[in-house]
Amino acid sequence: MRSRHSRTPDGTAPRAERLPDPPARLWRSAEPGRSYDVVIVGAGGHGLATAYYLAAEHGIRDVAVLERGWLAGGNMARNTTIIRSNYLLDESAALYGHALDLWERWPAELDYDFLLSQRGVLNLVHTEQEVRDARRRAFANGLNGIDAEFVGPDEVAALCPILDVSPDRRYPVLGATWQARAGIAKHDHVAWALATRASELGVDLIEQCEVTGFVTDGERVTGVRTSRGDIAAGRVGLAAAGRTSELTDILGWRIPLQSHPLQALVSELLEPVHPCVVMSNHVHVYCSQAHKGELVLGAGIDSYNGYGQRGSVQVIERQLAAALELFPIFARAHVIRTWAGVVDVTPDASPIIGPTPFEGLYVNCGWGTGGFKATPAAGRVFAHTVATGSPHPLAEPYGWERFRTGALIDEHGAAAVAH
Amino acid sequence: MLLIPCPWCGNRDEVEFRYGGQAQVPYPVDPTSLDDAAWADYLFVRDNHCGSYAERWVHADGCRRWFDVVRDTATNEFAP
Ligand SMILES: Cc1cc2nc3c(=O)[nH]c(=O)nc-3n(C[C@H](O)[C@H](O)[C@H](O)COP(=O)(O)OP(=O)(O)OC[C@H]3O[C@@H](n4cnc5c(N)ncnc54)[C@H](O)[C@@H]3O)c2cc1C
Ligand SMILES: [Zn+2]
Repeated sequence: MRSRHSRTPDGTAPRAERLPDPPARLWRSAEPGRSYDVVIVGAGGHGLATAYYLAAEHGIRDVAVLERGWLAGGNMARNTTIIRSNYLLDESAALYGHALDLWERWPAELDYDFLLSQRGVLNLVHTEQEVRDARRRAFANGLNGIDAEFVGPDEVAALCPILDVSPDRRYPVLGATWQARAGIAKHDHVAWALATRASELGVDLIEQCEVTGFVTDGERVTGVRTSRGDIAAGRVGLAAAGRTSELTDILGWRIPLQSHPLQALVSELLEPVHPCVVMSNHVHVYCSQAHKGELVLGAGIDSYNGYGQRGSVQVIERQLAAALELFPIFARAHVIRTWAGVVDVTPDASPIIGPTPFEGLYVNCGWGTGGFKATPAAGRVFAHTVATGSPHPLAEPYGWERFRTGALIDEHGAAAVAH
Repeated sequence: MLLIPCPWCGNRDEVEFRYGGQAQVPYPVDPTSLDDAAWADYLFVRDNHCGSYAERWVHADGCRRWFDVVRDTATNEFAP
């Protein structure tokens, strides 16, 4: 297989794909109203997608999205933009598979080119046990209608020629799963697309408005307290990612979430050399090349709880060492920028979506390190849940009660890699 | 990178430690009397607030002892 980024016949490198023009003012910046049918807390990808679907599919347009900082400045702005659906378990395959279907429809539906690039994802394996697990996952994917296959080292080399697949490496590449429909999308532009369409449909997007508590009537949530005054709401949907337990704690509701720093970094701009996305659980790094040319690298979470939006240096050291193990060609690339987000991790590494013990309050959280890829489905099923008061069928297994019934969706280790 | 105060070894680099999560979560006194909700709380639910947090670390590559410290989860400062 030829690399998509190989040189043109006259020997020049092809131009990187052109970025969409930076937006002028795309959405209305709203002042907080006194009351709304629905208030969504958090203008990340999930909050914005939820508002969009509430308006577009449920005809609920009296909606506000409240954001403590700036629009989509949380994990939505900090993630490494990887989209895939090759999860092992049926519940996950259904949800992330739906998301990938929607990703493919979104550029036309939202009429916005956010550079969805289905360049394929390789999940490398380096041990015999990993080979078995990867094969199992590829077969399970096949049964769930997800395009994924197991490929050997030669095919890996053909898909990503800059990878070192020689057998004498410390962690030799024994194969990989390959999902061709997987890839990346320009995350900021996705947020701007959603904000634009939601705003056009009448949704109020309110920045610099932190939710600090709730207005309650017995066990019913009837509004939110914010840094800009109380706002009444028929229903409240939490899409606050890493800060969710700060809100649920106020209600005295302890929810199984732990917030951790998760970091990423980019190199300087390089010519297109890296044709797909490569992840390795074993040496724990993942890497793709952004449209503009930076290498984008991520690894695992820091072990401790943290809200500081910065992680530890040793994680970066290990991830760079792992990257060089796989891609010796990167030895002279410079790290330009590192940053971190705050991700909310659940005990079974699957999200929590659904009604809460409080009438009128719904929660979408616990996406941990992997919620960007789910954005369209998360928004769609959460909008359904908020609009109808009962979970969307795809979200049904994801209620918080599963930690009491034992019906966990244990994707820890079952999924290909953290993200 | 955290500089973690081991009570026996003093300030040591984070790479020498493993994290143990929230401190002072006692094993249920009478386990057989717990219902599913109480078990779920014990197994799966820990505090997760922004600010002062009592947590456990083990000095795995040092004296190998467990200890509790209080750290601010926003600033990463350890309480004296
Ligand atoms: C470094 C890194 C790499 C990642 N890589 C990937 C990846 O490659 N693929 C993938 O699928 N996922 C990835 N993720 C995970 C993904 O970013 C998250 O799962 C996803 O963004 C969560 O949903 P969200 O977009 O709504 O969250 P966010 O964008 O974090 O949205 C939550 C919003 O709520 C706001 N908020 C919080 N509290 C309040 C309050 N009290 N009042 C008002 N507003 C509030 C926040 O400011 C924030 O804007 C990564 C995350 C990080 C940090
Ligand atoms: Zn010690």
